[in-house]
Amino acid sequence: MRQIADWIILNLFGVADAGSWPYSWLVYLGMMVFAAVLAITFVAIFAGPVTWVERRVAGRIMSRLGPNRVGPQGFLQWLADGLKNLLKEDLIPDAADRPLFRLAPHLVWMGMFGAFVVLPFGAHLVAADLNVGLLYILAITSLVVLGLLMAGWASNSKWALYGGIRSTAQLVSYEIPTAFSLMVIVILAGTLSTQEIVRAQGGWPWDWFVFRNPFTFLAFFLLMTSSLAEGNRVPFDLPEAESELVAGYNIEYSGMRFLFFLFAEWANLWIMAAIGTFCFLGGWQIPGVSPDAIDALLARSHGWSWSWVGLQALSFAIFAIKASWLVFVVIQIRWTLPRLRVDQLMIACWKYLVPMTLVCILGVLAMALLIPQGGVLDYLIRGLMMVVGGALVALFLWRARVNYMLARDSYRKMEGRELWFPPYRLV
Amino acid sequence: MQVQVIGAIVFWALAILTVAGAALVAFSRNIVHSAFGLLAAFFGVAGLFVFLSADFVGMVQLLVYVGGVVVLFLFAVMLTGRIEQVEISNLSRGPLPALAVLIGTVAVLAVVAFQTPWGPSGDMAAEPTTAAIGNALLSQYLLPFEIASVLLVAALIGSVLLASRRKEDELEDQATAEATDQPGDPPAAGPGGEP
Repeated sequence: MRQIADWIILNLFGVADAGSWPYSWLVYLGMMVFAAVLAITFVAIFAGPVTWVERRVAGRIMSRLGPNRVGPQGFLQWLADGLKNLLKEDLIPDAADRPLFRLAPHLVWMGMFGAFVVLPFGAHLVAADLNVGLLYILAITSLVVLGLLMAGWASNSKWALYGGIRSTAQLVSYEIPTAFSLMVIVILAGTLSTQEIVRAQGGWPWDWFVFRNPFTFLAFFLLMTSSLAEGNRVPFDLPEAESELVAGYNIEYSGMRFLFFLFAEWANLWIMAAIGTFCFLGGWQIPGVSPDAIDALLARSHGWSWSWVGLQALSFAIFAIKASWLVFVVIQIRWTLPRLRVDQLMIACWKYLVPMTLVCILGVLAMALLIPQGGVLDYLIRGLMMVVGGALVALFLWRARVNYMLARDSYRKMEGRELWFPPYRLV
Repeated sequence: MQVQVIGAIVFWALAILTVAGAALVAFSRNIVHSAFGLLAAFFGVAGLFVFLSADFVGMVQLLVYVGGVVVLFLFAVMLTGRIEQVEISNLSRGPLPALAVLIGTVAVLAVVAFQTPWGPSGDMAAEPTTAAIGNALLSQYLLPFEIASVLLVAALIGSVLLASRRKEDELEDQATAEATDQPGDPPAAGPGGEP
């Protein structure tokens, strides 16, 4: 955003040196507000439809329909639900600690939303390219823990308190494998800045960090697993285990306050997918276009540059497709795996994830020392890793096809007619 | 000029947040409110670090104190049964020694405050500090860094040793537990849990 602000100062006001111009702070302030509004809008527009996607996927996996009444295929269900929650009465239990009860959703929201500041959406589409970006994400999301704990305690309900305490224990433990698997990236990229991490990779898959060597490949899956736990997603959703705790920390909340917790959860879905994407899957990098070329396009352009706009849109689209794919996989995991027990949760973290991430760090260090970058051996390893990754994707697609065939056959048996293509049409 | 005005606004907002949080810690009757006051104070301090263009230290402050220490405090508070009934077990020290400690602390702080040459240190660009800190830690200050990490590892191992009991103890405990069958303390209730 800084570069775009400088471009505005140069082109709209005709000032070449933004640093000495007395009013440049106004432009910067305006850009900050604009970036914040843009990010909030993005969260709202993402969180809404993704609820519908999640419920439809759940319906498909559980052999039922899911919401399909409001709008085409039920797509507008999220608008109806949002409106309903806005109009609902805002209840605060009598015995609750009122100030903390009101403050808790704000803390959760602040922690989630704070992470959006450094997420690189496109070549220049990042609210602030902080020098300590990755550390900032880890630090600011710890506010979420406190918000959940605050919600659980202020509700003055044993279910809420258990949910809050469980969620805290889980988040505090799983912060460690998350941070360690991100360390792998910091070692490879040599920086904490999110944009620099993307730039250290490339547009083509063999330049992505995930295929760099076996240890980064493993670290990617470790990161996704521990961020599932950090986001309270299945199979780590003990804080809201409905069979044990009714609903966990948000049980006493109603109306819009309740919705804000869910909003934060879905926003977190995007955050975990985005971290996975920009750290391991090449981020917004366009194959065949170097980031420096996009920079030069902005710096050189006096006036409107359509090629710059096009490349921005393309980079955002690439990033969004990769991240949405991860979101889709995470949603499918939610309806596939059973929930872990508390002791299994802790064992999985401390006995498996933490040692494995440590091995990854050591392995990446050893590989960096032993195998020269850009050599034949290096590219051989990358190719091998791509074969493994491609085999996983192929397995995923093949299983999807098998399931579709099964559904098609049983439909033909029950109804006596053919199922026309999209599997969601299982009426 | 305007930049300085904005700077002043940010500074005072952070300072008020820090001091108000600290005041809440000291004066609140509710121990959970105190813990959340500590959160505000730590958050304000992290902001002040960033404001002093010490970005790395600010983030570590947030990560360690907000994400670690406050969470640990809250955890301890919530897992402690009967926290409302405060029993001071150590009665040997009275208010007079406390006063002496207070006067001593205030005196030291006052001397430091009056001897420090306050004032702006001139315009400084917000430069990245992470790489410099990393280089310093792994070259010039390698020995203190390693000693500190050995200390931390020792503390970790020690706490594990204290927390996990030996096999014989466990067997004995099981025998006594079967005989008496005492349930543990339930976690503390929410606010106003007890009338």
